[in-house]
Amino acid sequence: MNFSVVTSQFWELLLNGTAVGLIYVLISLGYTMVYGVLRLINFANSEIFMIGTFGSVIVSQYLLHYTSAHETLHGVHLILVLLLMLIVSMIFSAVTAIFVELVAYRRLRAKGTNRLASLISAIGTSIVLSEGVRILTKSAPVPTPRLLEKFNLFTFHGVSLRVDTALVIVGALLLYIIVDRFVSKTLLGKAIRAVSMSEETSKLMGINLNRVISATFLIGGLVTGAAGFLYMQVYETTVFNVGFNLGLAAFTAAVLGGIGNIRGAFYGGLTLGIFEQFSSAVIGGQWKSVTVFTVLVLVLLLRPNGLFGEAITQSRV
Amino acid sequence: MINLRDKGAETWEKWGRPQRVTFAVIVIAIVGLLPFGGNFSLTSFLNTPVSSYQAVLVYPVGMFVLMALGLNIVVGKSGLLDLGYVAFFAIGGYTAGLLGIYTKLNTWEILPIGMAAAMVAGVALGLPTLRLRGDYLAIVTLGFGEIVRIVALNSQSLGASTGIAGIPTPPKTFGLTFDIEHSNSYFWVVLIMILLVIWMVRRLTVRRAGRAWEAIRQDEDVAILMGVPILKYKIWSFSIGAAIGGAAGVIFASKTQYVAPNEFTFNVSVLILSCVVFGGMGNIWGVVMGGVLLAYLPERIRFISNARQLVFGLTLVIIMNLRPDGLLPRKKREKLGAKALPKKEANDV
Repeated sequence: MNFSVVTSQFWELLLNGTAVGLIYVLISLGYTMVYGVLRLINFANSEIFMIGTFGSVIVSQYLLHYTSAHETLHGVHLILVLLLMLIVSMIFSAVTAIFVELVAYRRLRAKGTNRLASLISAIGTSIVLSEGVRILTKSAPVPTPRLLEKFNLFTFHGVSLRVDTALVIVGALLLYIIVDRFVSKTLLGKAIRAVSMSEETSKLMGINLNRVISATFLIGGLVTGAAGFLYMQVYETTVFNVGFNLGLAAFTAAVLGGIGNIRGAFYGGLTLGIFEQFSSAVIGGQWKSVTVFTVLVLVLLLRPNGLFGEAITQSRV
Repeated sequence: MINLRDKGAETWEKWGRPQRVTFAVIVIAIVGLLPFGGNFSLTSFLNTPVSSYQAVLVYPVGMFVLMALGLNIVVGKSGLLDLGYVAFFAIGGYTAGLLGIYTKLNTWEILPIGMAAAMVAGVALGLPTLRLRGDYLAIVTLGFGEIVRIVALNSQSLGASTGIAGIPTPPKTFGLTFDIEHSNSYFWVVLIMILLVIWMVRRLTVRRAGRAWEAIRQDEDVAILMGVPILKYKIWSFSIGAAIGGAAGVIFASKTQYVAPNEFTFNVSVLILSCVVFGGMGNIWGVVMGGVLLAYLPERIRFISNARQLVFGLTLVIIMNLRPDGLLPRKKREKLGAKALPKKEANDV
């Protein structure tokens, strides 16, 4: 137990927590949106994320043939390459998400069967995806060349903001705002919200349920893929089971904020990321998951709808 | 296969007591002789390529069936989604490890202690969490499973990542030796435990607890209105399931003589849950079949060792798509004396 770090490293912990938390936010959007429309946990979301991280690797290593010794890029060239990586990651994840929906959920939904069957088929899909990648990569971690030079933007209270951290924070905030606006302003967003309120009524209103559900998976996949790209900019290496812990944390974040609602995912992700940084600084990184889950249990006991569940029930996805 | 189940049940109903007893004895005898199945050329296809066939019958097959039966009480009978069942297995295993090393108790004396420890953990987890809605229960139990593993991983007194080694094997009992060369003895012990659990579950199902679980599973609100004390019966269901998991853990620890945190990952919980859903939630024979298949198949197809998990995942997806209620689903209308039950299908979980 070392409480002095809380004050001495306050700003550093806060900054790192925010960056980690924002990645959680993006991944938990995938969970929370699917939960909103299907009332089902999308167990394969961690694999959707994993495929997204590999999307970035494929661009840099196999498409553009950068080796790990390659020097960093600058200017327009850098921006174009990063954009390409982002887009490919998003497409990879989105395609995976659609695939998961078709394989694991659609048929079972048409049959109108029990929820556990969908859960097991999603777990099965998740195993297939991660095992497939494991066999392809021979279980080895895959590094990606550092294309973005990681210099410090500025220093504040003795904490320097690095470019990659800034990229995560700005990128994730932007994406979150886009998704939030999209769901609350567009027609498709309205349809998604309608389905999440009542499947039956929205069918009566002429909403094409299958299309809306596919669209939800698609959006969730795109956002999760972007999270994969941002993750790769910071950590620079991925492995077939990279999604497991992150997915677990992101799901916890979604529940923390009140699963099924977009703003909840935002607050939940941020809270979890920051709390995780502080708690592991105080009682040691190896206890990170324990403290996170303990807090989750406490939150669920005191506020069973999640921390922010009740306050914003109006804006359920 | 629905016909197989209905035909089977019909025939069973028609039989008198002597026929039932004869049938049960024959089945138990055949299962009891399974460890010798690998010895004859006719049945040698049973042999598993990498690990010894007799050892595979104990772990994973026997253990998985036992745990799947325990989890079936929680998930199948009372409809509570538990994603952290491995925690109870781990608690049983570590109890056996600690008591086996630091005390003079033998495995048979540790067994009830391990079960009690798991049961206490089940009640401690259940009291606060069983009030929660289904999906939240799932994530909390998942978290509990991870917490138990991480505590074991980070506690020096529990051997941290290397775990506890040198756990004593059970003493010689009824002329049976228990050690690495004698896997069969363990198999018979596990078989007896499985039979006891099946007997217990069958008895409980037709009594007050079973009816309460069925009511909770079908509709919690209605159950409350009917005066079922749902929290009490949920905790009973949870802790009975936990005790069975704990028992499996004790036997597992005394068989491998070694427990370590990486034996108790989330994957085990998922596998056990898959056994339950794959075989047919709520139906004992379905669950037994699911446990046998999902534990035995990956061992049997080890010749494609690298891809066996992949094949396993594919099997889950395909079977769930083709038979969403599992291979041997429970009857839609449980025969609980009332013949005039409405035809509406029960809502699963």
